[in-house]
Amino acid sequence: MRRRLIPLALLAAVAISATAYAEPPTAHLVIKNRVFTVQELMLPADTKVKLVVENQDSIPAEFESYDLSREVVVPGHSSIVVYIAPLAPGRYNFFNDFNHAAQGWVVVDPPGQSKTGGRE
Amino acid sequence: MLATAVIVFREVLEAALVIAIVLGASRGVARRDGWVLGGIILGALGAGLVALFADVIAQAFTGNGQSLLNAVILLLAVLMLGWHNVWMSGHGRKLVGEIKEVGAAVQAGKKTLAALLVICFTAVMREGSEVVLFLWAIAASGGREFGMTVGGFAGLAVGIAVGALLYRSLLFIPIRYFFTVTGWLLLLLTAGLAAQAAGFLNQAGLLPALGTSLWNTSHILSQQSMFGELLHILVGYIARPSGIELLFYAVTLVTIFTLMRLVRWRAARPRALVRGSEARAEAQPTGS
Repeated sequence: MRRRLIPLALLAAVAISATAYAEPPTAHLVIKNRVFTVQELMLPADTKVKLVVENQDSIPAEFESYDLSREVVVPGHSSIVVYIAPLAPGRYNFFNDFNHAAQGWVVVDPPGQSKTGGRE
Repeated sequence: MLATAVIVFREVLEAALVIAIVLGASRGVARRDGWVLGGIILGALGAGLVALFADVIAQAFTGNGQSLLNAVILLLAVLMLGWHNVWMSGHGRKLVGEIKEVGAAVQAGKKTLAALLVICFTAVMREGSEVVLFLWAIAASGGREFGMTVGGFAGLAVGIAVGALLYRSLLFIPIRYFFTVTGWLLLLLTAGLAAQAAGFLNQAGLLPALGTSLWNTSHILSQQSMFGELLHILVGYIARPSGIELLFYAVTLVTIFTLMRLVRWRAARPRALVRGSEARAEAQPTGS
């Protein structure tokens, strides 16, 4: 019993570390004129996503989401990275904390029904 | 102008409530005010620096610099708040005794006062840098300067007023229960900050989420609402928590609570049983 468990555990460890270190898919979100250029950002279900938020304005913005527990300042003319944890299907609100008129949604469709796998 | 006031108020509120609770919890500690004020001033200077170097910070660590900086600041605050709360639980009985005698104050060691300074410093720096960046964003986007200034100051003033109100209300608590209440307030606040730190480490891709949206209570109490925001600051309420946030919350809560109980139990033991080094660390009462 024990002898069989060790290779299994090793295999599981390798599999886990492979998923952990594989670079997750990237999605892009652009802020222009203090608002998001898209209101709905489609993301795949149950997948960690590397989200690059680019601010094309010269003034700072703040990408914030209570639904996703994310909060990060995006200085003018720069890009920041924010990782989005694997999400269950649903809609998740985000906004520019420096301009609450700028609202958007991360939309995660159930697997199989996804129209796109992120915007890339 | 109103929008500016509301956003500045929200940022200031968090720092103001943290400082109000810490001030309450360190009631009766000599030379407390100077150290708290020092922390606030240093925090304001730090906020200016963080805002000034926002783009450098943002680009650091492949775009994760800011998340990491926030996580480090929060964890430092958690450490200092934990330390402070544990220290207070060992001295609460003594402080109650001193406060009952008019004008008495308890001398605290440099370490405890330094912890107070760091707590106020981190609270003001983290929230303050966002206020500075936000006001700059408004000013640069052609907002009317006068309205912006008025709104900014109004938000700042109301935020500080709410903090002062909380502090004043705390003082109405009968002294017998005072430090029990502030101890719990501080404990829940600290656990909430630890959960926030977990969120930042997760958003930097350093920690797994261990499940997102473990539950969703945003239809009952939205975090965008004023009450939701208050609860978020005071007890770490998150409408859609992730596993890692819950884990950090629970571990921080249990760890500090256990240490507090341990220290209180040792402080309650007869003096003869206390070893020399601890006896020296005991606070000395002074009249002032």
